[in-house]
Amino acid sequence: MAKKLMKGCEAVAEAAIQAGCHYFFGYPITPQNDIPEYMARRLPQVGGCFLQAESEVAAINMVYGAAAAGARCMTSSSSPGISLKQEGMTYLAGAELPCVVVNMVRGGPGLGSIQPSQGDYFQATRGGGHGDYHPIVLAPASVQETVDLMQDAFDLADIYRTPVMILADGIIGQIMEPVEFHEKKETRELPAKDWAATGWSPASNRPRAIVNSLYIEVEELQELNDRLQARYQHIRENESRAELYNTEGAEIIVCAYGTVARICKAAIGLCAKQGVKVGLFRPITAWPFPEKQLAKAMAQDSVKKAIAVEISAGQMLEDVKLTVNGTKPVEFYGKPGSYTPTAEEIAEYIMKSREA
Amino acid sequence: MQTVFKKTPILTDAVLHYCPGCGHGIVHRLVAEVVDELGIQDRTIAIVPVGCAVFGYKYFNLDSIEAAHGRAPAAATGVKRTNPNNVVFTYQGDGDLASIGTAEIVHAAHRGEKITTIFINNAIYGMTGGQMAPTTLVGQKTTTSPYGRDKDHCGSPIRIAEMLATIEGSAYIERVAVNSPANIVRAKKAIKNAFECQLAGKGFSLVEVLSNCPTNWGMSPVESMEWLEKNMIPYYPLGVKKDITKEV
Repeated sequence: MAKKLMKGCEAVAEAAIQAGCHYFFGYPITPQNDIPEYMARRLPQVGGCFLQAESEVAAINMVYGAAAAGARCMTSSSSPGISLKQEGMTYLAGAELPCVVVNMVRGGPGLGSIQPSQGDYFQATRGGGHGDYHPIVLAPASVQETVDLMQDAFDLADIYRTPVMILADGIIGQIMEPVEFHEKKETRELPAKDWAATGWSPASNRPRAIVNSLYIEVEELQELNDRLQARYQHIRENESRAELYNTEGAEIIVCAYGTVARICKAAIGLCAKQGVKVGLFRPITAWPFPEKQLAKAMAQDSVKKAIAVEISAGQMLEDVKLTVNGTKPVEFYGKPGSYTPTAEEIAEYIMKSREA
Repeated sequence: MQTVFKKTPILTDAVLHYCPGCGHGIVHRLVAEVVDELGIQDRTIAIVPVGCAVFGYKYFNLDSIEAAHGRAPAAATGVKRTNPNNVVFTYQGDGDLASIGTAEIVHAAHRGEKITTIFINNAIYGMTGGQMAPTTLVGQKTTTSPYGRDKDHCGSPIRIAEMLATIEGSAYIERVAVNSPANIVRAKKAIKNAFECQLAGKGFSLVEVLSNCPTNWGMSPVESMEWLEKNMIPYYPLGVKKDITKEV
């Protein structure tokens, strides 16, 4: 298929539909309005359903209902709206329901800004709502990668019966880039949704469906949590993904995800011109964090330190530190809020950091 | 021998956890009997709330979904929009529906969502131990209105049926009570009308059921039925508040 110039949000929506998502429930918030708008136009054309909910809380609970009914479904929002969806996210996790939630992250805290940010990393990767759970978190760095990850997002959700979050900064939502929609690639084998509530009678050849996250007995709740933790461990071992760029023999490993990782690549080029070899470690799965890939890169004798670069006060930084575990210094460059650093600023920090 | 009464197959054999004399058991049976009589077990989905009926999924012999507090109408919307052929009902109490879930119920009605809501109004939070609800009567003592509900401090009780009847998308709204055999018969008819409204695709339907809470009202079951009759029905008048199903 020929490349097409598309805005990130619209590309996300189209990719979701192509991945078989025909049910979308959302609520307007900048900078992601192009997703519900695109869905409102397109879903009726493919026999699906777009519904504008009365709030983010209602939207995620509509997703809860649609997922319980067996639908491939999603919602999207941006930071303040994602905070409101956390109630639904923990219920989806507890009831073991698959869905995709897109967060086009903007600056915070509070109403914050409508500019891009990476301040929601903790909320996304640590669960966000109450209880011990994790959504799988995919952090694309371009419009094309976002498109490519949508099919994976829905498949992962179905395979592991868990919410999956696309954690993209507002730049990815609003930028226009050439994208190519590949013919539907071979998807992974998906389990049957024989747990879905679609109507039952004694003549049905399955047990009565009960979609629920209430386990009032200590032992029963333990059983749910043991099942979830075993699943999370399996996901950690099998689903982490990262891009390693220029890391072989590098002196410094810059750790960054999303748009910032692309800016870091430009910074790495600037450092190379000054004869300094800097590599990039880019998590594609923010959860599970690709510990093994980072640990391997950091274990090289050539590597002196890691520098995490984020539009935050240092959130992914903690995962980098946990991985490096004191074996080498880990530094941070970035600002909380919505200030996107330039390649020159990042390169300047790297060069100064060498001298320190 | 002629069978004059039998247990409906739409209720499981699980022992109800409700307190002795509580109206929930009656309403569960009425809903189950209606589902049975309409022959829709195989396509009916129950959405149960947070509150006393939180274990409803154990009792309704139906595919069931337990929703977050107040969000049952949103979850029901997700189910109905995915599988429009399903018959979807929510079963919610007054804390769930009239307090934390007002946005969800108002907008389900506003969209004309083709679902049915069974709304239990017993003027109190039962499951959490007898706190004041939006439906608690003025002067009524609860654990969080220990001196009696003061309308100047926390408002007057909310009349959900009348409020929702003003919304264009609602098709059938009725208030009933389960405090006497005659009222129970009427309640069942209303529940049937509400389900038939959904089956006919007319729009949103809701039956508000005045019920009792002997435990948290601090009364015997009989006293509570009398209290309901004497105090609740005058403030919450019974009857059909809206019915567009007969319109051509």
